Amino acid sequence: MKFGIVVFPGSNCDHDAYHATKHVLGQDAEFIWHKDTDLKSADALILPGGFSYGDYLRTGAIARFSPIMRAVQSFAASGGPVLGVCNGFQILLEAGLIPGAMLRNRSVKFLCQQVHVRVEQIDTPFTCAGRKGQVLQMPIAHGEGNYFAEPDVIARLEANRQVIFRYTNAEGVITNEDNPNGSAAAIAGLCNETRNVVGLMPHPERACEASLGSADGLIVLESVVQSLRSGALIGQA
Amino acid sequence: MIDPKVLERHGLKPDEYDRIVAFMGREPNLTELGIFSVMWSEHCSYKSSRVHLKTLPTGGPQVLQGPGENAGAVDIGDGLAAVFKIESHNHPSFIEPYQGAATGVGGIIRDIFTMGARPIALLNSLRFGSLDQPGTRRLLEGVVAGIGGYGNSIGIPTVGGEIAFEPSYAGNPLVNVFCLGISRASDIIKGVASGAGNAVYYVGAKTGRDGIHGATMASAEFDEKSAEKRPAVQVGDPFMEKLLLEACLEVMKTDALIGIQDMGAAGLTCSTTEMGSRGGAGVEIDVSKVPQRETGMTPYEIMLSESQERMLLVVKRGREAEVERIFDKWDLHASHIGEVTTDGMLRVKERGTVVAEIPNRALTDEAPVYRRPMTEPEYLADVRKLDLDGLGARNARVSDQTGALLTLLGSPAIGSKRWVYRQYDHMVRTNTINMPGMGAGVVRIKDTDRALAMSVDGNGRYCYLDPRRGAMLAVAEAARNVACAGARPIAATNCLNFGNPERPSIMWQFAQAVEGIGEACRALDTPITGGNVSLYNETDGKAIYPTPVIGVVGLLEHADRVVSRTFKAAGDAIVLLGDGRGELGGSEYLKVACGLVQGEPPLLDLRAERALQDLLVQLAGARLVRSAHDCSDGGLAVTLAECTFDTAGIGADVSIDSVSVASDAEINRAAALFGESASRVVVSAAPDAAAEVLKRAKTAGVPARVIGRTGGQELRIAVGGQLAISVGVSEAERAWSGAVEHYFAKQVA
Repeated sequence: MKFGIVVFPGSNCDHDAYHATKHVLGQDAEFIWHKDTDLKSADALILPGGFSYGDYLRTGAIARFSPIMRAVQSFAASGGPVLGVCNGFQILLEAGLIPGAMLRNRSVKFLCQQVHVRVEQIDTPFTCAGRKGQVLQMPIAHGEGNYFAEPDVIARLEANRQVIFRYTNAEGVITNEDNPNGSAAAIAGLCNETRNVVGLMPHPERACEASLGSADGLIVLESVVQSLRSGALIGQA
Repeated sequence: MIDPKVLERHGLKPDEYDRIVAFMGREPNLTELGIFSVMWSEHCSYKSSRVHLKTLPTGGPQVLQGPGENAGAVDIGDGLAAVFKIESHNHPSFIEPYQGAATGVGGIIRDIFTMGARPIALLNSLRFGSLDQPGTRRLLEGVVAGIGGYGNSIGIPTVGGEIAFEPSYAGNPLVNVFCLGISRASDIIKGVASGAGNAVYYVGAKTGRDGIHGATMASAEFDEKSAEKRPAVQVGDPFMEKLLLEACLEVMKTDALIGIQDMGAAGLTCSTTEMGSRGGAGVEIDVSKVPQRETGMTPYEIMLSESQERMLLVVKRGREAEVERIFDKWDLHASHIGEVTTDGMLRVKERGTVVAEIPNRALTDEAPVYRRPMTEPEYLADVRKLDLDGLGARNARVSDQTGALLTLLGSPAIGSKRWVYRQYDHMVRTNTINMPGMGAGVVRIKDTDRALAMSVDGNGRYCYLDPRRGAMLAVAEAARNVACAGARPIAATNCLNFGNPERPSIMWQFAQAVEGIGEACRALDTPITGGNVSLYNETDGKAIYPTPVIGVVGLLEHADRVVSRTFKAAGDAIVLLGDGRGELGGSEYLKVACGLVQGEPPLLDLRAERALQDLLVQLAGARLVRSAHDCSDGGLAVTLAECTFDTAGIGADVSIDSVSVASDAEINRAAALFGESASRVVVSAAPDAAAEVLKRAKTAGVPARVIGRTGGQELRIAVGGQLAISVGVSEAERAWSGAVEHYFAKQVA
C-alpha cells in the first residue's frame, strides 16, 4: 500500500513519518506538497506534526486553507484513512474533520516526553491491530495539546465511541498526574463519526524502533496496512 | 563631520581612525565609517583574541574545514561530513531572554545549513546566577522557552547540554548554543563570492532597523526619532528560517550556487565583505533593491541592520531563474541586489549612486590585531589556598556524608535538568538514541551503521581558580562524555566567554585558557574547527568567571552499541576506571556543603585521560560494558548515585579506599567520596565480562578495579571499610529529580 504524507510549510515530522512508513514498515510512501491538488494515488494519508505556517494565528488555522486540503477533505469523505499527528491533529480540528479544539498545555509549557495511552476502540483503521485496553508508550511533543470541547460534544464523542486513545499510567489507569496536558476526558486521540479520520497527539512515527525508546507506535501504522489488506474499511459498513 | 564624538559612538579609537584614512586615502563618509566600525569591532575582527586563537590546533586528517568558514566540518566516513559550531548569545539573552536565546539558536542553525548541511542536533550550555533569585528564575524560564520556541518549531532536536548556576553570572548569563548538521563531504558549500558578473541575491526576511549598532544611531545624520523606532533586540521568526532552510538546501542540490552566507552579526556588511574577501573578488550591491520592512531607511541603516533570517547568495550567471523558482515554491522572494566584480571592492550604491566604496581587504585582513597586555590577577594567590584541616571545625556537616550527598544531588547544578529538557523537542527527526540526561547526546545517522555523540562542557569555577587547567579539564570532560557513550572523540569547537579584554587580568585569563585548550585538544586529537569568542561579559565592572565552553563531537561506529549513564541490571560488577586522589579544590562539595570557592582544580594527566577514553571506546565496541558515567561535579558518590537513577530502583553496594589529604579522617572520607579527580569513569559490566574489562584496562594502562555490585534498593558506599553513605535510591532520586523543578513548582502553587 502507499502512504501519502502531506507537507505543509513548517511541517517537521514529515521525514519521520516517511522513514517509519517506508523504511520501518516497508510500505510505499510519498510526500505530497501542500500546493498540489492530487493525492498521488495514496491509499492512506498522514498529516504530520510540526509547526505549519509557524503556528501563527492559531495552530493549524492557516494550513487548513492549503490547496491540498480540498483533496484531503474529499478523500476523507469517501472513507479513505487519514491520520493527523500532533500538528496534523490540530489541522484536522481546524478543518472541522474532527470536533473540538486544542488549548495550551495546562503547564503553559511545551512538553516532550514519553507518555502512556490506552487503546479505547479498535474499530478504526489506525487501531485495528491493537487490543482494547492495550497500553502503548509513545512520546508527545507539543505546547498545545490540551483537548477541549463543550460537555455536550464530549458526551456525543463518548456515545459514538470516538475517543480512541486516552492518557493513562503504565498500568492503563487514568490519573490526573498522567494526563500530561490537561486534556478533557484524558483524550489523546479521536476519530470522526465515520471512524476513518483519526487525530492523535502522541507521535506513533517516533515510536517505531526500540532504539528510540519504544516500538509501540508501529501498532498504529500497521493497523492501516491491515485494514486496507482486509479489503473493507472498518467503520464504513 | 567625523569628530571624536562620532568615533567614540562607533567604538573606534583615534589611531584606528587614522588607519582607516590611510587605507582609504581620504576621509570616509558616515556610511563607510559605520561599515568599518562593525567590521573592526571585537565581535567581527577578533582583534584581541586572534593572536591567541592562532595557537590552537585546527588540522588533522579528519578535518574537512577548519576555522574561517561559517562552521567547521569533519569526515565521519561513508562520504559524509559532520558540520558543527558553537556560538554565544549572552548579551541579548540578558536584555530579552526569550528572543535573545531564540535568535541565538536561529543564528547558529543558519551557520550550519549555510555550509550545505542539514542541521540534525542542537545542544546548549547555559549559565545563570543563583536560582534563589527570582530574577534568575525569570531569565532561565525565558531562555529555555526561547531555545525551545525556536528549535522545536524548526524541527531540530535539542539532544543535550549543560547548565550551571553561579553568582558570577547573575548580571551576565551565558547562552551558548551548539548545532551539528550532516552533509555529503563533497557537497560542502562555502561563503565565497567569485566570478565577475555572477548575481548576488538576497533572500529571507525584510531588513528593518533592528539590531543596528546601538551606539551609532544618535549621530548627526539621524534625528532623535530614529532611535525610538529601533527595537532593542531582534525578534526571531523560526517559520521564516524553516522555509529558508528547506529552500536553501534545495537550491544547493542544483549546481547553480557559487557561495552562500547568512547575515548574522553586522548583517549585509559582513556577508558581502567576507564573501568577497574569501573569493578574492569584489561585491557591488544597490541597497535600494534590498527588501525593507520600514520606509526611509538610509544606506547606513540597511548595511548595519541585524534583522534575522536573511541570506546572501551568489548565483551563477544564467541560472538565476532556476534559483528564483525554488524560492518561489517556498513562498520566499529572492531579490537580485548586485553583482560580483573583479576589483576587490565593497561597493554600495543607492539607486545607482555610489554611497560607500571600501577595499574588502581593509575590512578583513587589514583589521587591527592587538597583543593586549596581560597580568596574572591578584585574587589568585588568595583563592588557591585551601586549608582542609580547618574544614571540619568550621563545618559540622562534614561528618554527615549521606546528608552531604543528598544536598549535592538536590542542588540545581547537579540535580536533574528534566524540567528544562522536556521543554525541548529532543526526539524529532527520530535519530536520538541517547536522550538528554543520559550522558552525551547521541544521534544515529540514518542509512549508515553509525552515530554521532556530542557534549558541551565547561567549568567556570575551575577556570576562575586556574584558567589554564580549567580549560584543559573542560576539553577532557567533553571528550570523556563522548567516549563514555562509546564514541571516539574526533573534533571540537569552543565558545570563549570572558570579561573585558582591555583589562590585563582578563586578557591573562583568556590567554591561559586558550593555551590549556590547545594543549588538551592536541593530546586528545580533537582539533578545534571553529567557534566563537564573547568578550566584555561584565556588569558594573565585575567580570564573569572566565568560561571557555567546549563542544566535542565523537563518532560511534555502531549505533546499536551506544552506552548510557544508567545501571541496566542487578548483580553487575561496578568497575572504577582511573584513580581518585581526593582533590576537593574548586569542587561542588566545597561550594555547596562548605560555602567555599577555593583551592586548585584537579590535576589532569592528558596521557592518562587519552588512555582512558581509548579504553572506553574499545569496551563499548566490544559490548563489554552496560553503562558508563564519568566522575565530575560532586565526585564519585554523585556519579554512583546518578547511575542508579532512571533505573526503576537498581541500587549499588560499593566499597572504596579512603584518601589522605588531611589529618581529619572525616575530611579524608569526604574527599574520597566527593573529590573531583579527573579521568575517572564508573562502568558496569555483566558478572562474566568484568574480568575481561579489567584485563583490557590493564593492557591499556588504565587503573581499574571492581568496587562493588549493582542491586538492592539502596545506595551504600563504604570508605576505607566503614559505611559512609546509606540511602534508598528512591529517596536520593527524589532529591535529584526536584532540584530545579521545585523552584518553579513553588511559583505555581
